[in-house]
Amino acid sequence: MDQTATISTAQFGATDEPGQQPAIALNRGRSRHAADRRLRLAGLAAVGLALWFLVLLFSSLVVTGYSAFTQVTVRIEADLSSLAGKREQEIRDANWRAILRDALRGLAPDLPKRDERAFFALFTPSAHYLLRDAVLADPSMLRDGATFHIPLADTADRFAKGEIERSLPEDQRRLTDVQISHLDRLETAGRLERSFNTGLFLNSDSRFPELAGLKGAIVGSFWLLAVCFALSFPIGVAAAVWLEEFAPRSRFATLVEININNLAAVPSVVFGLLGLAVLLGWFGLPRSTPLAGGIVLALMTMPTIIIVSRAALKQVPAAIMEGALALGATKHQAILHHKLPLAMPSILTGAIIGLAQALGETAPLLLIGMNAFIAGDPGGLLDPATALPTQIYIWADSPERGFLARTAAAILVLIGFLVLMNGLAVFLRQRLAKRW
Amino acid sequence: MTSRPFRPWQKLATAGMVAASVIAVLTTLGIVAALAGEAIAFFRMVPLTEFLFGTRWEPQIAMRADQVAGQGSFGVLPVLYGTLVISLIAMAVAVPVGLFSAIYLTQYASPRTRAAVKPSLEILAGIPTVVYGFFAVLAVAPVIRDLGEALGIPSSPNSALAAGVVMGIMIVPFVSSMSDDALAAVPQALRDASLALGATRAETVWQVLLPAALPGIAGGVLLALSRAIGETMIVVMAAGLIAKVTPNPFDAVTTVTVQIVTLLTGDSAFDNPKTLAAFALGLLLFLITLGLNLIALHMVRRRRETY
Repeated sequence: MDQTATISTAQFGATDEPGQQPAIALNRGRSRHAADRRLRLAGLAAVGLALWFLVLLFSSLVVTGYSAFTQVTVRIEADLSSLAGKREQEIRDANWRAILRDALRGLAPDLPKRDERAFFALFTPSAHYLLRDAVLADPSMLRDGATFHIPLADTADRFAKGEIERSLPEDQRRLTDVQISHLDRLETAGRLERSFNTGLFLNSDSRFPELAGLKGAIVGSFWLLAVCFALSFPIGVAAAVWLEEFAPRSRFATLVEININNLAAVPSVVFGLLGLAVLLGWFGLPRSTPLAGGIVLALMTMPTIIIVSRAALKQVPAAIMEGALALGATKHQAILHHKLPLAMPSILTGAIIGLAQALGETAPLLLIGMNAFIAGDPGGLLDPATALPTQIYIWADSPERGFLARTAAAILVLIGFLVLMNGLAVFLRQRLAKRW
Repeated sequence: MTSRPFRPWQKLATAGMVAASVIAVLTTLGIVAALAGEAIAFFRMVPLTEFLFGTRWEPQIAMRADQVAGQGSFGVLPVLYGTLVISLIAMAVAVPVGLFSAIYLTQYASPRTRAAVKPSLEILAGIPTVVYGFFAVLAVAPVIRDLGEALGIPSSPNSALAAGVVMGIMIVPFVSSMSDDALAAVPQALRDASLALGATRAETVWQVLLPAALPGIAGGVLLALSRAIGETMIVVMAAGLIAKVTPNPFDAVTTVTVQIVTLLTGDSAFDNPKTLAAFALGLLLFLITLGLNLIALHMVRRRRETY
């Protein structure tokens, strides 16, 4: 406030009293320009702060998450010759836990009985299912010396990646000295391999960080967006065409318009309440499903699509409509055959940006229960599912240390999808959109 | 070519378009009906006055049926207090940063800088809120806690300050683009006249542009505030669960949206006051944000009419 005051006296001083001595005028000019520089600096600082924060956000996500894109596995050989020629059901029911343990004992031949538990704890607890599933998928493995790659358990994995300090006292790290010596031996024997973590994309959620992946969430998000697009796009475009081209100046049209503007500003969690009470409560849609979630997201995206569609329709020159009408087309034909196709690239651009927003939306999905633990991937619209943002929320809430890196990695994947969608929108706008 | 005078598909198409427009209205009606319906059921169990003026919010305790009434466990004031504190912290970050960014970008920056910086700022608006929530917990909250402890202030790991600051950064592009629009809407003649009289750019900004753009900027700030009040994921992840009235921003407070989510995640039945309380909170949130939006839109519109 007082800055304003000094500036105004300075200004009036400069204009009202032209007869001032030059030295004073010079001084005033100097302080006025200092004020100008201060404002410029304040602006630069503000922009710098915002951009610095952006960089900080991304760098902390990358630093936290990059290690989850790789996974350390141990190579083991198992003797499966006894299962050769058995029927599938027998193979399925075989004692895989024993087979796995025999194979693991092979890695440490002189292992005392009392150390076995600690040794087995280095590997993911559901490794025997991995063996079984690999064999069921490829029966030619039924021989002696079949090779498998078993992920290390979370703590061992982080140690092998160098994220746990060896120098810490034994009671402050989650690995004992014995376990570390086992890992070192496996390392020198060349049995540990650090490779790209395909499980992050091919597995669904798991209680064990080393096995948890995003497949279920990605599939769930895909179904959500499919429902969202299938509903919001036709409805949004139709409403936009009516409002832009047909709506008489009536109370109803004004009501619709006010509604759309307000809906665009309603907090997302309120849409979640709507979904919970109306879709799940009154209409009885199943909880946690992409159908219910997609409808909620569609209702949230619709105002965006209506607004961008109207703007796109407005941009089409009146000459196009007039030309079509002059040649005898009806209003419907002129819009459907000429105006709408010309506006379509801009509408699609807006729709993709709307869908990108819907992809990141979390709160309404929490309220309709899409944050449940689901180990498989959803097969359709009516299967319980999670979505990428809710999966991030679940992992962020998990106490296991390994989920920290996974959460950041999942965020990077989500941001990757958002970048792709926005890139597509920019591409559409630049390539297809007409400039009039 | 003969034109047919009557085309049934056109009538059908028009009817379809009207129906599509009706859906927008139905959505609002659905929101109001759902919120009001469940909230009325809630107010049958807990008196409205107690909800609005009660000073204790302990919904978990009220799970036991015999404690529903008369305990004062559903007083919304401490929850509103927390919402207000976090929103005000967010605005204290977002308004100066957003406004000064807009001033810099419209008045000082070269067109090339502007073309590079503006989209970068908008990236902040495109990042999902769950990402901000994770970032607040991961990177901001520990720093703020250490800061609080270094200052000798009792600090909580999920402080109001951490949630508020991160939320503020999220809102920056919103404030900055609204201010940008408002500044750009001031007629060029006013700006030129001021500069031609010898005013510096800063003087033009403070005495010509800002007063003229004020209604638009204020409208944008109100819209941003409404967004801060309705923001959910950042506070769900980074703010507290217990409703507490404390002047210490390093302490944890809770918000309306946090309570809605915590009351409704997990198993919920529609017949207990705990679940229904979430809808009462939702109705309150809807009314507050609606009110702010209407005022803000009115202000923005009035600015347009001035010139």
